[in-house]
Amino acid sequence: MITKKDLEHMAWLSRLELSGEDTEKYTPKLNSVLDYFGELDKVDTEGVEPTYHVLQLSNVFRDDEPSQPTKPLSQEEALSNAPRKQDGFFKAPRMM
Amino acid sequence: MFDEPNKTNPPFSKGSSKYENPDGVKIGLEVHVQLNKLKTKVFCGCTTDYHNDPPNSHVCPVCLGLPGALPVINKKAVEAAIKVGLALNCKVEEHTQFYRKNYYYPDLPKGFQITQYDFPISSQGYVMIEGEDGEHRIGITRAHMEEDPGRLVHEGTIDKSKYTLIDYNRSGMALLEVVSDPDMRSPKEARRYLDKLRNILEYLDVFDGNLEGALRVDANISIMGGQRAEIKNISSHKGAERALLYEIVRQKNVLRRGGVVVLETRHFDEAREITLSMRSKEEAHDYRYFPEPDLVPLKISGWAPAIKETLPELPDARRMRFVEQYGIADDHAKALTSELKLAVFYEEVAKKADPKMAAVWICDVLKGELNYRDLTIDAFRKEHMLSVIELLASKKITEDGAVDIIRTLLDKGGSPEEIVAQKGLVVVEGDIVSTAAEEAIKENPQAVADYKAGKEKALNSLVGAVMKKTKGRADARAAREVLLGKLG
Amino acid sequence: MATINELRERIHAESSEEIVHEYLEKIAESKLNAFITVSGESALARARKIDSEGHEGPLAGIPIAIKDNISTKGIRTTCASKILTGYIPPYDAHVIERLKEAGAIIIGKANMDEFAMGTSTETSFYGATKNPWDIERVPGGSSGGSAAAVAGDDVPLALGSDTGGSVRCPASFCGVVGLKPTYGVISRYGLIAYANSLEQIGPFATSVRDVATLFDVIAGYDARDSTSVKRDVNYSSAMKNDVRGLKIGVPEEYFGEGTDEKVEKAVRDAIHKLEDLGASLKDVKMPHTKYALASYYIIAMSEASSNLARFDGMRYGLRVEDSDWHTTFSQVRAAGFGDEVKRRILLGTYALSAGYHDKYYLKALKVRTLIKQDFERAFKNVDVLITPTMPYPAFRLGEKIGDPLSLYLADVDTVPINLAGVPSISVPCGFSEGLPIGMQIIGKHFDEATILRTAYTFEENTDFHIKQPEGV
Repeated sequence: MITKKDLEHMAWLSRLELSGEDTEKYTPKLNSVLDYFGELDKVDTEGVEPTYHVLQLSNVFRDDEPSQPTKPLSQEEALSNAPRKQDGFFKAPRMM
Repeated sequence: MFDEPNKTNPPFSKGSSKYENPDGVKIGLEVHVQLNKLKTKVFCGCTTDYHNDPPNSHVCPVCLGLPGALPVINKKAVEAAIKVGLALNCKVEEHTQFYRKNYYYPDLPKGFQITQYDFPISSQGYVMIEGEDGEHRIGITRAHMEEDPGRLVHEGTIDKSKYTLIDYNRSGMALLEVVSDPDMRSPKEARRYLDKLRNILEYLDVFDGNLEGALRVDANISIMGGQRAEIKNISSHKGAERALLYEIVRQKNVLRRGGVVVLETRHFDEAREITLSMRSKEEAHDYRYFPEPDLVPLKISGWAPAIKETLPELPDARRMRFVEQYGIADDHAKALTSELKLAVFYEEVAKKADPKMAAVWICDVLKGELNYRDLTIDAFRKEHMLSVIELLASKKITEDGAVDIIRTLLDKGGSPEEIVAQKGLVVVEGDIVSTAAEEAIKENPQAVADYKAGKEKALNSLVGAVMKKTKGRADARAAREVLLGKLG
Repeated sequence: MATINELRERIHAESSEEIVHEYLEKIAESKLNAFITVSGESALARARKIDSEGHEGPLAGIPIAIKDNISTKGIRTTCASKILTGYIPPYDAHVIERLKEAGAIIIGKANMDEFAMGTSTETSFYGATKNPWDIERVPGGSSGGSAAAVAGDDVPLALGSDTGGSVRCPASFCGVVGLKPTYGVISRYGLIAYANSLEQIGPFATSVRDVATLFDVIAGYDARDSTSVKRDVNYSSAMKNDVRGLKIGVPEEYFGEGTDEKVEKAVRDAIHKLEDLGASLKDVKMPHTKYALASYYIIAMSEASSNLARFDGMRYGLRVEDSDWHTTFSQVRAAGFGDEVKRRILLGTYALSAGYHDKYYLKALKVRTLIKQDFERAFKNVDVLITPTMPYPAFRLGEKIGDPLSLYLADVDTVPINLAGVPSISVPCGFSEGLPIGMQIIGKHFDEATILRTAYTFEENTDFHIKQPEGV
């Protein structure tokens, strides 16, 4: 059972500002989904390994060569989508 | 697990007296080492050679965190990480994996950092440092791979700046986070540990410590068994010592006022040499680690033994060898091996000259003169050191003359031979000293009388007179002996 | 509706420019809202270039729609989210590079559920896409724009992406062919991630042959995707009208409660058709199927909560008035994401958080193992599995959007395939009150050739795929 307080904490961890109204609205819906997720408790997974990767791949590397396999962008391209920029930097809000 | 102990690890002697550690200081360091000798970043093909270039000019969709971009592991970065692990006497994991560490910060382009969590590539090692009471062992908890975030620039200080500028050229640089056990008992030990770590990294040729941001430190420090503070944003060895000294005083003041030191993150303000509380409502971190789905596991059994074969001789091993091979004092060997370039310099000189004399002159004279001028060994040519030692060995110059030559070389340049000629530093012949001694005795009857009356010090003024007459070219010891002979 | 071969002939006889122009006009007149962005000018320019210079590629001069979660250099890419307002990618996804090499012409970016999170294409910030068979109904999702555009003949080909059914569901609802390849066959480089460990890009067309042709163009190894697999296969060569000796498994778990009777009948009839054509049937047991949905949603939301963390308004996309960085980030994300995306981020964050990681995330991954093993066991005895793609035909716009869980339950037959990473194709196999029904043919890892051959044989011997919606 997810409480409003849990929800506020999740919202903080995921940097999502929720209004009081949002919290009211989301809590029951999220709980009905979580109830459904609880179905998994019925499955016996004793000794079962988790599947993180569906294919058994390992040791995929790139060589230490410039522009391989991804090519760099120009500074102009890099900044082309920046909502705010200054002197070649991305501009972010104040820290404190 | 590859856990064969490093064969070249020297048997250090225990310190003679036990360090009391009056404030119960416990320091553990998390050192972020940029593997900046790689050509490219850890997960993309962007160059690591960005230090003199404009911001955001060495980025790509991957290190900029553009939607849809995917990381691919730089194989050389893994090899370098294993090298360091082995050099720090760590166990190297045969199966490892990258994880996502989920947190927000403006320097983090993806809202998570690709790092390691369970099964870091190496763990459970140690390094030996010169501690407060002799050789001291610093445990290495783990050394794991991760990507560097971008660089933040503030206008003025972090707490006053009205905005933050971000440069992602650094984003995605291969980092090795070396986490120590809380085994350091003073800021001085912390600095020594950092010196030692940097030295090892340079021997391994994975790291250039002179580049900006190459080595960054987070320090955990507690006193008297209290809670620890984590200090972030330390970018130099000196800074680490300063930050820790400040923090000890701060924590002691908190206790003195009857307060309690709280667990918190503090920001080191390098300019003001103080630490600032970063406390805000986000203190409750929950990084929600999970395996990076865009990277597949590493199965690297066999890599560590093969890499071990290629490891260069490390500082401690070289120190032992210098003592054995060249018969020099352990203190000299330690000083000479504390910097890779210095060790190489010494060894090149020692091959062609008297190794003991070379050790004495490099450690006791040259190093001091360099430090005084804030220069590195690069500022002095090994051919010049060889000439100075040859001139000394053949008694063509005095020790004072040799010091003069070294200083002149550093300050004005030239060659030892030119300086000897210009300054007339060639040792004078014996009969000139003898004549000078006779004159000195004749001209200083009072000193002679004092000496004969038992005042040993009076001899010094006579030696001084001889030196003056020979314009310093006489050897002081020789002059003293000649005087003693003539005075009976 | 024209096939690739027909279009090639027309391009040869007329010009690519004329074809592209014709489709642009259809899109302009379309009532489907299948596109978020139409790149008419650049498409026409490229068509003219191909007309004047010639191009030998298999898709030379043929227009294609791209789901708007695939990065297209110079063409706005939004993921149907407000948070990517104004984002024009400076790079092409691997599949886009492949399409350009093949001579295809990108005509626009197709509508979708926001960040591919949905089963109905109703959560798009740019408004819902409508089903060409009944514009009161959803096209399915999340690649609803791609499927509707192909079904409504706004475009002959489209790319979608499939994380839990997002290609197959709209293919089924819109009566077209859609393929979800084996995990790793198509590079994900440039696909804006929803749930990395589950998703693949997939082709849409009105015929199996065209799907295979498009698949041939976009499949293949890419060094920029560590999960990309080196395989050398020519899928077009699988176009054989022959299922003799094929062993078909029919897992009863996929015909359970909640499956519409007409859907069940259409799919069983289709299976019998294949039996008549020489295939044999086998019962298979897939006991963990009922847990697939919960496992899928936990994994997808967990990965999504992390994937969507990068949208903070610093480097691209929506920005709000600045205050301190914590507040600005939170406000950008609150203003930029829609409700369903927020719910999934919150639940994913919860499933990974301290104290719940093992109960939800780890448990889901263990159940994933059991589901994968169900498939491995089944495929020891059969060549393909056949099930309904969706338990029912297209539902009405607005019918389920208010109740997230009921919408999630619609994915019950498609998500197990993504959990196992196997390939699966949806082909039209019937109608229910004028709405198309899709049959799902599932194959072994990397055995797309067999499911394509099965689908092709079915298509060659039936005429469901020829029917077209009226009035579009």
